[in-house]
Amino acid sequence: MEYILIFISAIFVNNIILSQFLGICPFLGVSKKIDTSLGMSAAVAFVLTLATIVTWCVQKFVLDAFGLQYLQTIAFILVIAALVQMVEIVLKKVSPALYQALGIFLPLITTNCAVLGVAILVIQKDFNLLQSVVYAFSTALGFGLALTVFAGMREQLELVTVPKGMRGMAIVMLSAGLLSLAFMGFSGVDGGLRVLFGLD
Amino acid sequence: MNAIQIIKNGIVKENPTFVLMLGMCPTLATTTSAMNGMSMGLATMAVLICTNFVISCLKSITPDKVRIPVFIVVIAAFVTMLQLVIKAFLPDIDAALGLFIPLIVVNCIILGRAEAFAAKNSPVASLFDGIGIGLGFTIGLTLLGICREILGSGSVFGLTLLPETYNILLFVLPPGAFIMLGFLIAIVNKIRG
Repeated sequence: MEYILIFISAIFVNNIILSQFLGICPFLGVSKKIDTSLGMSAAVAFVLTLATIVTWCVQKFVLDAFGLQYLQTIAFILVIAALVQMVEIVLKKVSPALYQALGIFLPLITTNCAVLGVAILVIQKDFNLLQSVVYAFSTALGFGLALTVFAGMREQLELVTVPKGMRGMAIVMLSAGLLSLAFMGFSGVDGGLRVLFGLD
Repeated sequence: MNAIQIIKNGIVKENPTFVLMLGMCPTLATTTSAMNGMSMGLATMAVLICTNFVISCLKSITPDKVRIPVFIVVIAAFVTMLQLVIKAFLPDIDAALGLFIPLIVVNCIILGRAEAFAAKNSPVASLFDGIGIGLGFTIGLTLLGICREILGSGSVFGLTLLPETYNILLFVLPPGAFIMLGFLIAIVNKIRG
């Protein structure tokens, strides 16, 4: 039950993009077309889950064990950067088709703050490994959901005439605001589920 | 280019918030009030000045192939120092900005300036570029913070201007960040022509 709660609250209630503001760069950058946004979502889901597992282990077995918590930021960003490189090399060798699909998005992910953000968040929330994995995966699903819905909105936006001053980024920001407003409708759902599952 | 030109370039021509559109995550997340926006801007500026200077000093001994990892380690080191200083001396700011202090590491402005400016120019010029871009970012964040605070909680820097009945809660909540930034960008576009 606890895992269902983490799952739903990470996707809808505390959506990583629309309510926590992590990963805004890819959200604005690769949301022009639905297919590219699906590719990006898949790449993020893969790296985010893997990176969270690895950084959780680094934190528990290296940093905590040797009292080096202050090196968290440096250690995590290096692990993530190395991991992304490795995923890229392995994918190229093992599955060229998947590499073709995800290839261009992979290098971008190192500087995606959602990955580092989630890695730090699961440590702050004091999750165990299974909770962290569920949280990371559902966060990535929430990222994909927001990105794809927004790409759909932007495809429609191409067809309308926008006032001159609002063209470009301004109207994109406003539409993102409306989408975020729609997701606000989910707020409080996690509290309700908590009562329903009897976790309080 | 002299120092004043470099600084002006960072504030006006290459303003990171309104022109380059870099570092959007902290821009949207930490501007719930003018004070929070300004603290985030100043924290980023401090890191940017140090990293620009150090990366520019190291540019002749950094092999081209590993330059990005080198940049990231330098940035992460300065962010860690800043994080420890803020935790020790400014606990209020630490509580308000929270997760977004370690996330300065992945702020695209810092890596972007390292790659686009510091790796090609002298240490002193890079120092001024850090000041200019940092000021541009701070101004952007403070402006957004002021607008959101006036509309959302009726005050500026904690000074109450409007009675509570006129507060529009939306502007303190996440959607307000997107909407307000959209309007500010439109205004800046109009002014720039």
